[in-house]
Amino acid sequence: MEHHIVLRVVAKLLIPVILLFALYVQFHGDYGPGGGFQAGVIFGAGLILYALIFGLQTIKKVVTPSFVHYMSGVGLLLYAGVGVISLFKGGNYLDYSFLSADPVHGQHLGILLIELGVGITVAFVMVSLFYAFAGYRQADLKVPPDTGHEATEKARDAVLEREPQ
Amino acid sequence: MEAIVDFALLAGLAAWAVAIVRLRSLFGAAMLFGIYSLHCALIFVVLDAVDVAFTEAAVGAGISTVLILGTLAITGIKLEVRHTRALIPLLITGTIGAALIYASVDMPLVGDPNAPANLHIVPDYIEGSATEIGIPNVVTSVLASYRGYDTLGEVTVIFTAGVGVLCLLGRGKPKRSRKPRG
Repeated sequence: MEHHIVLRVVAKLLIPVILLFALYVQFHGDYGPGGGFQAGVIFGAGLILYALIFGLQTIKKVVTPSFVHYMSGVGLLLYAGVGVISLFKGGNYLDYSFLSADPVHGQHLGILLIELGVGITVAFVMVSLFYAFAGYRQADLKVPPDTGHEATEKARDAVLEREPQ
Repeated sequence: MEAIVDFALLAGLAAWAVAIVRLRSLFGAAMLFGIYSLHCALIFVVLDAVDVAFTEAAVGAGISTVLILGTLAITGIKLEVRHTRALIPLLITGTIGAALIYASVDMPLVGDPNAPANLHIVPDYIEGSATEIGIPNVVTSVLASYRGYDTLGEVTVIFTAGVGVLCLLGRGKPKRSRKPRG
C-alpha cells in the first residue's frame, strides 16, 4: 500500500472523522438513530480501515492484540456489572431505575453504561475477528502460491485441508 | 412515487442476487455482496429503520466484505465449477418461496397501528419511553431497558462468536513455556 498515495491521504483525513462519528453515534443514541452496536461497528470499521491502508503491523503497535482481546470481555462485563449493581441497590437484575435516587435519571445512567458496554464489545470483537483473519497468512501454513497449475492446486488442497499448526 | 422507489429498490436487490449467483469470480462475488448489503441498507432507510440501516451498511458492506476478502486470501479465489442437476433444491426453494409469498398476503401492512403486534405491549413502550425512561428514541429504550436481557444475550453471542473465531483461527503460536496453573 506504500504507493497508493490517494488512498493513504484520503484515509488519513477520513479515519479521525469516522472514529469521532462512532463516538457521536454512541453517545447520541438516546436522542437519534444509533446506539452501542452501530457505534461499535463504525469504530471497528475505522480501525480496520487503518489496518488495511497502513498495514497490520502498524496498527498492532497501537491497538495490541491482547488489548483487543481484553476489551472484548470488558464491554460484556460492564453490561453484566450494571445488572449486578442494580441488584445490590435493591432492584431486579438490569433494572436501571434503582441506579440513582431519581428513577428516570437512573434509567439514563443505566442505558448510557450498557450502551457503552455494547459498543466496546462489538468494536473490539470486530477488530479481533479482523486480526484473526488477516493474521492467518498463507506463509504460516506453507501454502504454495496460487499459480493456476494443476500440480500446485493439488499441493494447496493438501496443505489447506491439514490442521493448521 | 413511493411505490416506484420501493419497486426499483426491490428489483435492484433481486438483480444483485442473480448477478452474485451467476458470477464465477469469487472476488467479484465478494464485492457484489458488499453492494448488495448497501442496497439493503437503502431499503431499511425507506422503511424508516435507520438504526438497522446503519448496522447493515457498516457490517454488511464494510466489515464482512473485508472478512470475506481475508478468507479468499487464505483459500484462493478460484471456484470449482460443478455441473450437476439441481432439480430437488430448485423444487424445495420454489415451494418455500411460493408458501412465503402466499403467507405474506395475510400479513398486516407495514406500520399498521391495528396490527396485533402493535396492540399488545407496544403502546406501553411508546408512552413509557417518554415518562418512565425519558428518552426520545424509542428504539434505544426498548433495546437497552425494556429488553435489556435480550440485548445482554446478544452481546454475549457476539463475544462468544469472537472467542469461537479465535479458537478456530488461533491467536498465534501457543507459548510452550507457560505451565498450567495448579
